[in-house]
Amino acid sequence: MVKQRKLLSVPYYLWILLFVIFPVLLLLFQSFRGLDGSFTLVNIQTYFTSRVYLTMTLQSFIYAFLITVLTLTISYPAAYFLTRTKNKQLWLLVLILPTWMNILLKTYAFIGILSQTGMVNQLLDFMGLGAQPLLFTRISFLIVATYIEIPFMLLPVFNAIDDINDSMVYASRDLGASEWKTFSTVILPLSLSGVRSGVQAVFIPSLSLFMLTRLIAGNRVITLGTAIEQHFLVTQNWGMGSTMGIVLIIIMFAVMYLTRKRKRGVAVR
Amino acid sequence: MIKNNKWASLYLVVVFILLYTPIAYLIFYSFNEAGTMNQFSGFTLEHYAALAEDTRLMIIALDTIRVALLSALLATTIGTLGAIGIYYSRRRETQNLLLGFNNILLVSPDVIIGASFLLLFTVVGFRLGFYSVLLSHIAFSIPIVVLMVLPRLEEMNENMITAAKDLGATNWQVLKEIILPNITPGILAGYFMAFTYSIDDFAVTFFVTGNGFATLSVEIYSRARQGVSLEINALSTVLFLVAFSLVAGYYFIQKQQRTRKLAHMDPTNHEKAVTP
Amino acid sequence: MKKLVNLSLLIIGLSAAAFAGGRLIEQAQGTGGSDVFHLYNWGDYIDSDLIDQFEEETGYRVVYETFDSNEAMYTKVQQGGTGYDLAIPSEYMIERMIEENLVVELDHSRIDGLDHIDSDFLNLNFDPGNRYSIPYFWGTLGIAYNEDMLEGFEPESWEDLYRPELANSILMIDGAREVLGIGLQTLGYSLNSTDNSELQEATEQLRGLSPNIKALVADEIKMYMIQEEAAIAVTYSGEAADMMWENESIVYILPEEGSNLWFDNMVIPHTAQNEEAAYAFINFMLDPEVAAQNADYVGYSTPNETAMDYLPEETIEDEQFYPSETMMDNLEVYENLGLYHTGIYNDLFLEFKMIK
Repeated sequence: MVKQRKLLSVPYYLWILLFVIFPVLLLLFQSFRGLDGSFTLVNIQTYFTSRVYLTMTLQSFIYAFLITVLTLTISYPAAYFLTRTKNKQLWLLVLILPTWMNILLKTYAFIGILSQTGMVNQLLDFMGLGAQPLLFTRISFLIVATYIEIPFMLLPVFNAIDDINDSMVYASRDLGASEWKTFSTVILPLSLSGVRSGVQAVFIPSLSLFMLTRLIAGNRVITLGTAIEQHFLVTQNWGMGSTMGIVLIIIMFAVMYLTRKRKRGVAVR
Repeated sequence: MIKNNKWASLYLVVVFILLYTPIAYLIFYSFNEAGTMNQFSGFTLEHYAALAEDTRLMIIALDTIRVALLSALLATTIGTLGAIGIYYSRRRETQNLLLGFNNILLVSPDVIIGASFLLLFTVVGFRLGFYSVLLSHIAFSIPIVVLMVLPRLEEMNENMITAAKDLGATNWQVLKEIILPNITPGILAGYFMAFTYSIDDFAVTFFVTGNGFATLSVEIYSRARQGVSLEINALSTVLFLVAFSLVAGYYFIQKQQRTRKLAHMDPTNHEKAVTP
Repeated sequence: MKKLVNLSLLIIGLSAAAFAGGRLIEQAQGTGGSDVFHLYNWGDYIDSDLIDQFEEETGYRVVYETFDSNEAMYTKVQQGGTGYDLAIPSEYMIERMIEENLVVELDHSRIDGLDHIDSDFLNLNFDPGNRYSIPYFWGTLGIAYNEDMLEGFEPESWEDLYRPELANSILMIDGAREVLGIGLQTLGYSLNSTDNSELQEATEQLRGLSPNIKALVADEIKMYMIQEEAAIAVTYSGEAADMMWENESIVYILPEEGSNLWFDNMVIPHTAQNEEAAYAFINFMLDPEVAAQNADYVGYSTPNETAMDYLPEETIEDEQFYPSETMMDNLEVYENLGLYHTGIYNDLFLEFKMIK
C-alpha cells in the first residue's frame, strides 16, 4: 500500500533531488567560495557586517509585507464575493486571465499609465490638480507589484472559501448568528488554509522582485532580488550572490514556520 | 446576504476594472497610428498587418503556448502525486522537510534558479533549446501545484478512505474514486497557476534557452530595447481574445452539457435514460 | 477522474496543434534551411534587412539571438550547451574571453576588407593585432538633454549635473562603472582607477549627485527621453542618436572632463559550430555599404572608414558622434579590472543606490 503510493511520488522525489537539492548544494558550495575560488567565510561575514546588505534585507521585508497585506486586503473580499456570484468559476477565470498577458508588456502599459503625460496625470490635470511625478516612486512600485500578485492570492483564497460546506453557513444562520458572526466564526476560520497558501505564494516571491524595481521604481527600491541579480549577472561574484540566496531560503523557512498549520488541539486550548 | 449583493457586485466590478485597465490600455494602443504607447494619433490596423507578416513572432507565440500547456500538464501531474506523497508521509517532520524543499524554488529569485539550472544542464551536458526550457518550466511550476493541492488533501475526510477500504476498495480505486475527485479543484487551480507561471516567466527562460528557441517574453525583452513595438500589442490582443473566447466557450459548453444531463434525468426522458 | 483525463487529452491535443502550426508556418516560409548560422548579439543591434540580404547572398539561415549584458553573454558562452557561431561583446569582455580561451583565434587569410577599418580602431590594447576580434561598432558615454525643458542652460560637463536646479531630473544609466566613472572623472581620476581612496572619494562626491537623479534605468532611457519624462539623461551615443531622431529638442554632448570610449567587436566563440558562416558574416559586415547601412539604422559610430562615403554628411560631421582627434584623447577605454575590483565597484554602486 505504502509502497505503491511511494512509487507514484517517485517523479516528485526525483524532481526534489535534481532541481532542488542539487542546486541548493551548489549554492551552498558557492557561498563558501571567494573570488579566487578558495574556501572562505568572507561572504557570510560581509553580509552580516555590511550596513548596505542589512538595510536592503530589511527593506525587502517591509515591501514584501506591504505587498502581501495589500494583495490580501483586495483579494479576500473579492474571493468572498466571487463565491456568491452565479457563474463563479467563469468570473474567477475572467479575473485570472489578465495574468496571461506578458508581464513585461503589462509593465510597459503601467509606465504609459503612470508617466508624466500618461493617463493618470491627464486625469489629475483635468481635475485641476496638475501633473505629479508618479513613475519612479515607491507608491507606484507597491501598486504595480500588488497588481501583479493579486491572482496568486485570489485563487487559493477563492478555493478555500468555495470549499466551505454551505450547510455550515446555513446552520450558523439558523442558529441565529448575524451575518458578521457567521463570517467571523465559520467562514474566516475555515478559509485560513487558503489564506496561508496565498500568503506563501505572494510574500516569498515578493522578497526578490527585480524587474519591477528597475522598470517601475527606477532602482529607488532595492530588494534582495536586485542585489542577487547584480551579483550573478554583473559582478559575477557568484559567491556573494549565493550567500544572499541562502539567506533568502532561510527566511523562507522562517515564513513557512510562522504560517504553518497549528494542530487543532493547540488552537482550542 | 441579499442586501449585500449590490455592494458585493460593485466591489467586484471595481476589482475587475482595476485588473483590466492595463490590458485595455495595451489593446487600445495596438490601434495607434503613432507607433508608441503614448500619444494616440489615429486609428490603424497596420500593426496587425505587420504581425501577419512576421512569421518569426508567430512561431515564437505558438512555441510559448506549447511550452506553457505541456509544462503545466507535466508539472501538475508530478506535483499532484508529490502532494499525495507528502500528505501520506507519516511523520510530521518529514512532511515539513519535504514542504521546505518544495518551497525553495518559490522563494529563490529567478536569476538564481536560472543560473543553477543552466549549471545543471551544463554538468549533464544537456543541449539548450526547447527541452531545456520545458524541463525548467516544469521544475519551477511543481511547487505551486503542490501548494494548491495540499490544502485540499488536508481538508479531505479521512473516514471516506477508511470506509472505502473497509468495503474492499483497492489503492487504485481509492485514488481514482475518492482522492482525485476530492482534490480536483486544487488540481485545476494548480494547472492554471503552473500555466500562468510558464507564460509569465522571463528570467529563467533567458538563462536556459539557446540554439534558436525563444519564448515570447524573451523575444519581447530583446525587442523592447527599441521601445516596445505595437506589433507586440497587436499579438497580445489577439492571444488575449483567443484565450478569452476559449475560456468562455469552454465554460458555456460545459454548462450546456450539464443542463442536458439534467434533462436526461427528467422522468419524461425515462426510456432514453435506461437504454444503454 | 474522467474529467481530468479528458482535460489532459485536450491539452495534449492543443499543444500538438501548436507544434504543427509552427512547423507549417516555417515550411510556408521556407525558413527550414539546413545550413544554419547562429548569431549572438545585443538586442536591436543590426538592421534586420541586412540579415535578409546576408541570407540571400550566402544561403545560410540566420538564427538571431540576443543578450542584454556582456556578462549574460559570457555566462552562456562559458557554460557551453550553445553553439553560437559569432558574438559581439565589448572590449573589456573580449579581453577576459581571450584570457580564458573562450574565443577562437582568427585566420586573417579568410578575412576580406579589414583595410576598410580606420587604423585607430585596430591593434588596440585589449586585442593586439586583432588576433581574436574584428571591430563592429564603437561609441561613447555622454549627456543627452532636452533643450526645451532646460531653461537657458546647457550642460557641458559632468560637473554641471550637480547643479541644485536639476533636482530629480536626471535619468542615469544603471551601470556601476558608468556611474562611478562620473564621480572619478569629475575629480580628474582615471575611469579604471583601482585606488581605494580614489574610489571612496568618488563615492562621496556622488552623494551630491544623488538628489538630482530621478531614476537609474537601462534601455528604457530612450523611450523616457522621447516622451519627455525627464530633462537629462546619461546615456550611450547610439541611444542618443535614436532619441534625437524621434525628438528634435534633444542634444547629445561629450562632457569636458572626458568620458568613456567603448568598442564592440565580432568574435568567434569556442563553441562555434559553423566557422565558415562566421567568416562569411564578418566579411559581409566589413563591406563598406553594408556597414554604412547598419550604422544608419543602429545609430552608433562605424569604425569602417570607407563606409563614411555612404553616410549622410551631417552624420560624419557631427563632432558628438565622430569626435575630433583632440576630443578622442579625452576619452578613456574600460579595462578589465578583474573580479576583485569589479566587485568593489559594484559594492560602492549598491551603496550609492541605497542612499536614495
